[in-house]
Amino acid sequence: MPAHLSARLCSLALSLFLIAFALPAFAGPFEDAVAKFANDDFSDTEEAIGVVAGSGNKLAFPIISALQDSRLMADPDSKKVYVTGADGKSIDAATGEAVASVPDSASAVRLNNRLRRSVDAALGSLTLQSPDLSTRLQAAQSVFKSHEETALEAVDAALAKETNRSVKTALGEARAAILLFKSDATEVEKLEAVATLKARGDQEALALLTGMGDQPTSVTKAAASAIGSIQNSLAIWSMVQNAWYGLSLGSVLLLAAIGLAITFGVMGVINMAHGEMVMLGAYTTFVVQEVIRTRYPGLFDYSLLIAVPLAFLVAGAIGVLIERSIIRFLYGRPLETLLATWGLSLVLQQAVRTMFGPTNREVGNPSWMSGAFELGQITITYNRLWILLFTLAVFAILLAMLRYTALGLEMRAVTQNRRMAASMGIATSRVDALTFGLGSGIAGIAGVALSQIDNVSPNLGQSYIIDSFMVVVFGGVGNLWGTLVGAFTLGIANKFLEPVAGAVLGKIAILVLIILFIQKRPRGLFALKGRAVEA
Amino acid sequence: MTPHMLTRSLDRSATIFLAIVAACGILIPLSNLLLPANSFLQVPTYLVALWGKYVCYAILALSIDLIWGYCGILSLGHGAFFALGGYAMGMYLMRQIGTRGVYGNPILPDFMVFLNWQKLPWYWYGFDMFWFAALMVLVVPGLLAFCFGWLAFRSRVTGVYLSIITQAMTYALLLAFFRNDFGFGGNNGLTDFKDILGFNVQAEGTRAALFALSCLALIVGFLICRAIVSSKLGKVLIAVRDAESRTRFLGYRVESYKLFVFTVSACMAGVAGALYVPQVGIINPSEFAPGNSIEAVIWVAVGGRGTLVGAALGAVVVNYAKTFFTSGVLAPYWLFMLGALFILVTLLLPKGIVGTFNAWWDQSKEKRTAAAIASAAAEDGVTEPKMAEERS
Repeated sequence: MPAHLSARLCSLALSLFLIAFALPAFAGPFEDAVAKFANDDFSDTEEAIGVVAGSGNKLAFPIISALQDSRLMADPDSKKVYVTGADGKSIDAATGEAVASVPDSASAVRLNNRLRRSVDAALGSLTLQSPDLSTRLQAAQSVFKSHEETALEAVDAALAKETNRSVKTALGEARAAILLFKSDATEVEKLEAVATLKARGDQEALALLTGMGDQPTSVTKAAASAIGSIQNSLAIWSMVQNAWYGLSLGSVLLLAAIGLAITFGVMGVINMAHGEMVMLGAYTTFVVQEVIRTRYPGLFDYSLLIAVPLAFLVAGAIGVLIERSIIRFLYGRPLETLLATWGLSLVLQQAVRTMFGPTNREVGNPSWMSGAFELGQITITYNRLWILLFTLAVFAILLAMLRYTALGLEMRAVTQNRRMAASMGIATSRVDALTFGLGSGIAGIAGVALSQIDNVSPNLGQSYIIDSFMVVVFGGVGNLWGTLVGAFTLGIANKFLEPVAGAVLGKIAILVLIILFIQKRPRGLFALKGRAVEA
Repeated sequence: MTPHMLTRSLDRSATIFLAIVAACGILIPLSNLLLPANSFLQVPTYLVALWGKYVCYAILALSIDLIWGYCGILSLGHGAFFALGGYAMGMYLMRQIGTRGVYGNPILPDFMVFLNWQKLPWYWYGFDMFWFAALMVLVVPGLLAFCFGWLAFRSRVTGVYLSIITQAMTYALLLAFFRNDFGFGGNNGLTDFKDILGFNVQAEGTRAALFALSCLALIVGFLICRAIVSSKLGKVLIAVRDAESRTRFLGYRVESYKLFVFTVSACMAGVAGALYVPQVGIINPSEFAPGNSIEAVIWVAVGGRGTLVGAALGAVVVNYAKTFFTSGVLAPYWLFMLGALFILVTLLLPKGIVGTFNAWWDQSKEKRTAAAIASAAAEDGVTEPKMAEERS
């Protein structure tokens, strides 16, 4: 009997023991903290944030991020807290179990600005050790921005474990930012922090250093020198930025002007309908993409590659047609040609407006042309980069064509001396037609590229025509290198004037400068020399 | 201008032209004001304003013909001079609004109050006086043309290069006037005019008077152009047009001749703009658009380059067609027509309407004289008609 009794007692003790240990697991500090969200009291909420964030529980991240987006629902009656997902499914915040529905009495946990800051900090430290590299990097950067003292421990912990170099740098910078504003950090720590920020050297580091308030004199001194060096490096980067924008604008100008340079150089014809050839190229791209969208959606990334030869053919064929039907009757009367081609541009614009409607048509970017990457402190978008490379490629091909092919040779001969070339047996009228077709075709190709960065509307060409003229006139006729130099000079000058004078005044200044430049060199930068040009 | 010069400069078509313009200038305002509204012959006020606009365009076309038709300077920026004249007049009209503006500021025009400007910019001083504004209508375009021409002609910028930089000039002005802080009302321009010299701009009497004045300006402008082109200076201009280098080698200062005629032409365009603004009731930066200037050139080409009468005629014909077609069901096709007009006129009618007519008239006259000579010769028994025919 006693043995029986003792066994019973044992089992009782065991069950008591189990209960005693199981209960805290059910209502531990984490669950208590979660329940506090239901109190609808800002200081309770803050406490809860701290505890949850520090708990290491895997529910901590969903809870805090739900709190940030007002998706954390609390029921004041049952003290239950729920995380609602964007997909409408909800879980119990304390246990992580799925619940069918959140009771109607539950409402979103409210935040004020102070709490929002601690939510940001908590999220920052929670994600600092996430297994995903980009999440860690983002978290480190958000800690850098908020530089809340509370995050210091999390940063240190993360720093100790981190193996990736760029995340490590970001964490180090975040740590420096925190230390700089931490009142009880030592002078040595602060000096190190200043050095780290100096190494970072961007606008945000500058803002931190200038806004750090009262500091020991040695730190203030170090900060002053750091500010100076950051400002210098920022000035250099902004120059690089302007130069890049300038190159980008220059490539667009070059692309638009290069066809004009050929027709003007060889035939002395100002083709006012040149802009419309660019527009036709852009609309060809639109049509190609439409067909691909409806028939072969998988080919979308290749749409531009398909559009380039098509645009060349469409615009080139129309160019040859124009030359044969209008321009050849007007040789030797450049001013009349100008008027006739202007009329033609009106007709083409109106034709496109009738066919495609007056509004902008949407031309998409293939995946390899969208997005951007960072180079030092400037952002380079892929479409601008591709356009620059594409322009240079078109330029190189054209140059090679003029240099090494029979047609190129004939074109150069006609440019230099039409009558002499005719006497040597070159069929000048055939060369004229082909040249005009070539110039128009290149304008069409330009349209494919420009459709990626500009609105595809019937007025597309109009916005480029005057700029293209400026490039050709500035660069000089009969020399493609002149067009290249002209385009990039104008592009870069424009972008360097813009921050100083504003976009519109900068453009006006460029126009005035070109007008003055033409006075100095009436035939452009690289003028053809000799008697031929006077003809 | 001596009577002798006047008679010398007028041939038959010029006399007919002047008679028609003078008759319109007198009869249309009179019919508008004196005849009852339901009368068959009464010209309604909106037509007076519309034709007033055409007359202003005719003056602009005349000014372009003077430089293009007689001196070979194709300006694609003449709309800029027209608009500058218009802005000078518009500034006067703005200052006349006084306290009747929306904000009731006695000095500042509404748009400046709206932009929170405290005082009038210096370049608006003096525009409350009509004589000053009228002077500026001539001086501002004239000065710009003088500076521009001085630079361009001295360094022998010619042909399409000149055309392109004139286009750049008007484009730069377009961009500048679109800016609010430039002080000319930004893209809304100047509008809501109340009165001119104390007369209500909207009143029928004022409109009729403005129409008559525009006709008078057209007549005066025509006489000035005629005097220039039929003088010795005009002969030099034509020589410059046809062979610039040769004229220079003969010892003429080509750039001075060009500069003179370019400046005169710009002043005329300015006057046209100044008369245009009170009749249309608004001036805004779109007048600077390069397309407008090119369109003005086509008026001249249609009417007949180098005929003066043709320029005015072309302006009226093309603009009448524009009004007619853009207001009807054919509106979407107007740009096709305008574009085709550009192409067909340059291809098929290089001399324009008046030039082609003149050529035909001369030819038929020569044929008639040749026939007369032939018949006379036949009577005399001498065989000479072959030579006469060859000559024709």
